[in-house]
Amino acid sequence: MNLAVRIRNLEKHYVLKSETVRALRGVSFDVPAGDYVAIMGPSGSGKSTLLNLLGCLDKPTSGSYFLGDDDVAQMNDDQLSEIRASRLGFVFQSYNLIQQLTVVENIEVPLYYMDRINAKSRQRSIALAKMVGLGERLDHRPTQLSGGQQQRVAIARSLVNDPYFILADEATGNLDSVTTAEILALFQKLNDEGRTIIMVTHEDEVAEHAKRVIRLRDGLIQSDVINTHRKVFPPEVLAKAANPSEPIPALTAG
Amino acid sequence: MFNLRTWQLGVKSLFLHPMRSALTVLGILIGVASVIWLLAVGEGISQKAQKQIEELGAENIIVRSVEPPDTGGGSSRMVTPFGLLRSEHRILANTIPTIVDVLPIREVKDKFANTANPNVKPVDGRLVGCTPEYADVTRLQIDRGHFLTHREVETGASVCVIAANLAMTLFPSDDPINKEIYLPDAKDYYRIVGVLKPKTATAAIGGSLAAQDFSKDVYIPITTMQRRMGDLIMRRSSGTFSAKQFELSQLTIRVEDVNDVPKTAELVEATLKARDPQRQDIAIVVPYELLEQARTTKVMLMLAFGLVAAISLVVGGIGIMNIMLATVTERTREIGIRRALGGKRRDIIRQFLVETIVLSVVGGLTGIMIGVLFPALYKFALYATEKIAPVTYAKLPDIAKEIEPQVVMLSIPLGFFISVIVGVVFGIYPAIRAAKMDPIEALRHE
Repeated sequence: MNLAVRIRNLEKHYVLKSETVRALRGVSFDVPAGDYVAIMGPSGSGKSTLLNLLGCLDKPTSGSYFLGDDDVAQMNDDQLSEIRASRLGFVFQSYNLIQQLTVVENIEVPLYYMDRINAKSRQRSIALAKMVGLGERLDHRPTQLSGGQQQRVAIARSLVNDPYFILADEATGNLDSVTTAEILALFQKLNDEGRTIIMVTHEDEVAEHAKRVIRLRDGLIQSDVINTHRKVFPPEVLAKAANPSEPIPALTAG
Repeated sequence: MFNLRTWQLGVKSLFLHPMRSALTVLGILIGVASVIWLLAVGEGISQKAQKQIEELGAENIIVRSVEPPDTGGGSSRMVTPFGLLRSEHRILANTIPTIVDVLPIREVKDKFANTANPNVKPVDGRLVGCTPEYADVTRLQIDRGHFLTHREVETGASVCVIAANLAMTLFPSDDPINKEIYLPDAKDYYRIVGVLKPKTATAAIGGSLAAQDFSKDVYIPITTMQRRMGDLIMRRSSGTFSAKQFELSQLTIRVEDVNDVPKTAELVEATLKARDPQRQDIAIVVPYELLEQARTTKVMLMLAFGLVAAISLVVGGIGIMNIMLATVTERTREIGIRRALGGKRRDIIRQFLVETIVLSVVGGLTGIMIGVLFPALYKFALYATEKIAPVTYAKLPDIAKEIEPQVVMLSIPLGFFISVIVGVVFGIYPAIRAAKMDPIEALRHE
């Protein structure tokens, strides 16, 4: 099976005032391509640490983290930046859009750092914006959008580089229940289309939409189970979640 | 990746705070404009000085007679002769091979009148005994008639050439040529053979050569002067009596090659001071040396002005740095986002550096524009002062009125180059600080 992520004995220690905190104490799991994983755990469980490692924002103390064929754990800062730009899609709790850029420009940012901005990539960004239902607001600034709309821009942005997986960090934490449902429906739809999603959350209502739930406790995996009670949105909700009217141009080199 | 997009983004980010960016630009603008202004003023001053010196002639050596300070006994019947002698004129002309010729000049204060016109009052002026070459050396230009000729000098003719200003005063309504000018003190008439074009006064140089006003000059052959007036001058005024005796006021020595001037000047000095090394009654002025001196002064002036301008640029640069540090802190979150989305450290450095360079270059370019307009602005300011506050204008020193700022062409690329350098130098530290941020911390920043 094609693996998006392969993690083996991942450990992360922090040194705080001569005292070593072992935030992760040997975590191993695989994420096959097309999976939809929720990572859960109380605060102090190592959830944030694992998120930072998965997002290639931090380096593990030991262990290996294969993203495709490459062991990310051995990479330096510049290489990690390249991996983030080309293989990861981030969706944050607070949207994290750049204020001075428009919707389309925000979607393009990862491409900018891959040096792959061209006329075609602009078409792709516009198509993605349309897909998440923001076709009418391509030139809007983040401040002119609602929270749900901003998060849609962030999701479009996470897709622009055709990532190995989307890493969602409490993606619905700032949204009301109606908007949360919309975003989760969008995630499900993307997953149905074959996107791999890893989301970190502390809310059971959110986690129950995932196919699989990994629970952390004290830096170790407490449980890693298939979600047998998975909540699935009905097709009519999914149809409204995303707008598939237009094919999305593939990423091209150059 | 210093591509168009990076610059567009930089400009966009700067427009988030237009007022702040504009004020930052102002700092650099003032710096660059002051570089251009100060260099222009410096250039104007030194050009004027050089022009004045060059009017004396770089290939000339000027020896002046200096009246020794009154050695008491003003009522003494003894009159001590001083200054250059005609014999010295001959010795210099005949012995030093690098000398082309030596022009003898004798200047006397005198009164001039036009007896034909009773409405004209006598005018105080200067009577100059000289040779035909004098016109050439002092750059006198003839307007009507002719300057003194060799023949007139040889025969000691009673002819004269008068300055334009004097001609206007003495002969307000008729042509002075072939009219007679009367010297009441000497009770003598001279026939006018030529009128000069107006000439501006030369500057005082080095203390030994006073400012010369040519506007009330009457030129007569030096031979005529010697024959008619002798060497003794007596003056009676309000009960006191003074007399002085001298043969020549000045020798203008023309040297064949400018490069021989310093050596020749040494020889001249050695010759004139052969008998008395402490001789006080002559002064030797070498315009060539003054010119060299003026060039050195120019460099010093430019350095001093450059330093002042540099200080204002540094202040502007610190302004930029200050703003960029604030910007970096303010945009910590954005930096975190950019790092998370794949921006490398050097991308972040580039982004902030581009912003500072845009600020400083915009400041530089506007500064250059304002700097180039400076001479016109200066003239306008003078004109405005003259019209609005004539009293203040009158009090302005002459140098302020006469100076013509000259924009140094080099200062334009220099100003641009400096503004870029300031942008890079003062932008690099905030940019590095931005790039060094931990992306995880930066993302969490509120």
